[in-house]
Amino acid sequence: MAFRFRLAPETTNIDFFRFQWLTFGGSMMLTVVAIVAWAVMGLNFGIDFRGGTTIRTEAAEPVDVGAYRDALSGLDLGDVAITEVFDPSFDADQYVAQVRIAPQDGQESVTPETILLVEELLKSVAPSITFPAVESVGPKVSGELIWKAIAAMVAASFAILIYIWMRFEWQYALGSVIALVHDIFITIGVFAIFQLKFDLTIVAALLTILGYSINDTVVVFDRLRENLLKYKTMPLRDVMNLSVNETLSRTLMTSVTTLVALAAMLIFGGDVIRGFAFAIFFGVVLGTYSSVFVAKNLVLFIGLDRGDKTKKPDKSEFANVDA
Amino acid sequence: MQPMPLWKRALILIICVWGIVAASPNLFYGPVERHNDAVASIEAAGGTATPELEAARAEWPDFLPSALVNLGLDLRGGAHLLAEVRVEDVYKSRIDAMWPEVRDLLRDLRDQIGAVRRAPSPDGVLRVTITNAEGMAAALEAVRGLGGSVVSLTGVGQSTLDVAAEGNDIVIQLSDAEKQATDSRTLQQSLEIIRRRVDEVGTREPTIQRQGEDRILIQVPGIGSASDLKALIGTTAKLTFNAVVSRTTDAGANAGPRNQILPSIDEPGVYYIVEETPVVSGEELVDAQPSFDQNGRPAVSFRFDTTGARKFGDYTAANIGAPFAIILDSEVISAPVIQSYIPGGSGIITGSFSVEDSTQLAVLLRAGALPAEMDFLEERTIGPELGADSIAAGQVAALVAGVAVAIYMVASYGLFGLFANIALAVNIALIFAALSTVGGTLTLPGIAGIVLTIGMAVDANVLVFERIREELRANKNPARAIELGYERAVSAIIDANITTFITAVVLFAVGAGPVRGFAITLGIGIISSVFTALYVTRLIVELWYRWRKPATVVV
Repeated sequence: MAFRFRLAPETTNIDFFRFQWLTFGGSMMLTVVAIVAWAVMGLNFGIDFRGGTTIRTEAAEPVDVGAYRDALSGLDLGDVAITEVFDPSFDADQYVAQVRIAPQDGQESVTPETILLVEELLKSVAPSITFPAVESVGPKVSGELIWKAIAAMVAASFAILIYIWMRFEWQYALGSVIALVHDIFITIGVFAIFQLKFDLTIVAALLTILGYSINDTVVVFDRLRENLLKYKTMPLRDVMNLSVNETLSRTLMTSVTTLVALAAMLIFGGDVIRGFAFAIFFGVVLGTYSSVFVAKNLVLFIGLDRGDKTKKPDKSEFANVDA
Repeated sequence: MQPMPLWKRALILIICVWGIVAASPNLFYGPVERHNDAVASIEAAGGTATPELEAARAEWPDFLPSALVNLGLDLRGGAHLLAEVRVEDVYKSRIDAMWPEVRDLLRDLRDQIGAVRRAPSPDGVLRVTITNAEGMAAALEAVRGLGGSVVSLTGVGQSTLDVAAEGNDIVIQLSDAEKQATDSRTLQQSLEIIRRRVDEVGTREPTIQRQGEDRILIQVPGIGSASDLKALIGTTAKLTFNAVVSRTTDAGANAGPRNQILPSIDEPGVYYIVEETPVVSGEELVDAQPSFDQNGRPAVSFRFDTTGARKFGDYTAANIGAPFAIILDSEVISAPVIQSYIPGGSGIITGSFSVEDSTQLAVLLRAGALPAEMDFLEERTIGPELGADSIAAGQVAALVAGVAVAIYMVASYGLFGLFANIALAVNIALIFAALSTVGGTLTLPGIAGIVLTIGMAVDANVLVFERIREELRANKNPARAIELGYERAVSAIIDANITTFITAVVLFAVGAGPVRGFAITLGIGIISSVFTALYVTRLIVELWYRWRKPATVVV
């Protein structure tokens, strides 16, 4: 037998329900924590969602946030946030910062005169400064974008719900969509706790997580459906364990290849795309976890109708669920 | 193992070869792009080519495919604007323009309705007070006669005007159906004018689209900044020729009814009182070109259409010796004295222009004035250097991801891993081929989508290979195991990918710009990865099996 690199032994027989109180319970708790963090701390919305202007600066001199702030203080622009941006791909004398200006009263996007003034003032601090990107979004559009983003998430989840319902059964559909909600909420929670910038590309990342996570879950469910026909008398819980064990090698394999690719994006992809890459990376880890530990548990909770032969389910099958 | 029918094998091969050929120009982006630009400009010039264009054209052979992936603004650099058109402006000017007509009409009914006077009213509403309310019915009927019927698909047969009586007042405004029809025309006109102005500066593939009811999205790659773009499209350039009543240095002078007082552009402190109603206006221009006057100073020459030319001719014939004003955006450019009758409707505008000014003015005059003002809701400028950095970073990331996944696949599945890697390479070629062919746009999240596809594309192969392993463990013979592996993995592959595809479709539907680019690459990536996993690797495995006829297979 040729050498093969393996993440999981050839055949496994792990009881994925054994520490259910920890894995599934922990997941539910994390979801709650994430929602609380989201509600209490709020998200650090980018200009896509709250309006305003960001100016990316690049200079050969090191960024002195204080000096930048002082230079702009006379302008009366309201809330001005200046953050330095670091990235391994920058040259030795490439110093990048992000200046964020709150939306101005009574204006949609910031006027060119204001931006010109800001650029002049920053030039007095750092003579070599250039402005590779200037973006401005008016409050009118940003308000709409939030709703659009929420509508997109709901529409995608709903479409998946319908599709899984049609291909499998409603229990699977509900189980997988709740697992998706779990993935999304925890990812949003992480963005809230670490106050990472949350903009339109992060919503795209969340939708991608949705797609990836459901992909993983469907593979497990597909095997479950097949095994339910094969082992008609085996308790549901055991069939589920068998299915997850049988697909474990594939689940890990796919997660690792995806994560390897995303890690490359995270490290080498540059700072502009980092938030996006991070959200997907985190979501893929979570999605893999949830398809093994969350989705099927939900289906077990709800219970499956296995037809005549199992109309009298073993008492043990449901007794264990409550444990 | 049941071999694939020949036609199927041929088809798979053709698709793969097409993918590689169609994707290949993207490897030589610079030369191919210069070649395409040169071909386009040679065609625009009617087939004549300068030596530089010929040289650029020769950089890429004509017989090879030359379709390229468009680079999005975030990769190429450029400006993005989202503008909201103030459609109500048009209601106001339409309604205001009706007042003289309404007044003349009602004056004829003076016996029944008494005196007629315009009362103050909000924008877009004309309120006319009559002294004798008994004549109201006749007045309403007369005014209603002014309205035509709406020209639109939904509003056919409805009147363009809403005319109502309120006490002694007649209230006139555009009907809702007409407002809708007007909005639609205003947007169409604005789009057309913006397109012409942007085209005049000759940038590459600008995107100018209507969005929703009253918005226009403008994306222009390669332009310096959003402010430049705004300056280009936002300038109104409303040109009129008006009769001059008098010249004054007092800005507060009483202009008199139906006259207005306007400043001069080059003589500070000088004002002209001109008649409010223009003799001829910029809408009647058919052409404007930068040129020089007899003293060699930059000027703009122009030509009117037939009605404009007749009006201009009649006016000059009747007013020899009198000055008239050339007015641009409420400023008097010049007020020459009419020397003679000017037939033919062409003329020249002189002033203190630089060559750039006269070129710019000619462009603006040709494009015409925007029908309504615009508010800019969103503006973004991305510098070309940042875009180039993003491309470089994306390339490194994709390369590292590809190599890492390839090594990992071979380590995990040996020879079969190698097969999967060939399929992965074909897959990436197919993504670029499809993007180039449909003229898709590659954005930075789009590159991330490709990197993600590199990771996820092997999934379908992994599903198959794991299945083959299972079948082998169940002591199936190799050929049978491979066949069953593919057969049984299909349902999981299809279900898993359709759900992911659903999210790609949703992303495409709601996303804009970069996000939409990501949705396109993700969607194409899903289709091509299913194709490569189910057909390409299968074909390779089959060919290998028939060639080597191994007694045992190790996956």
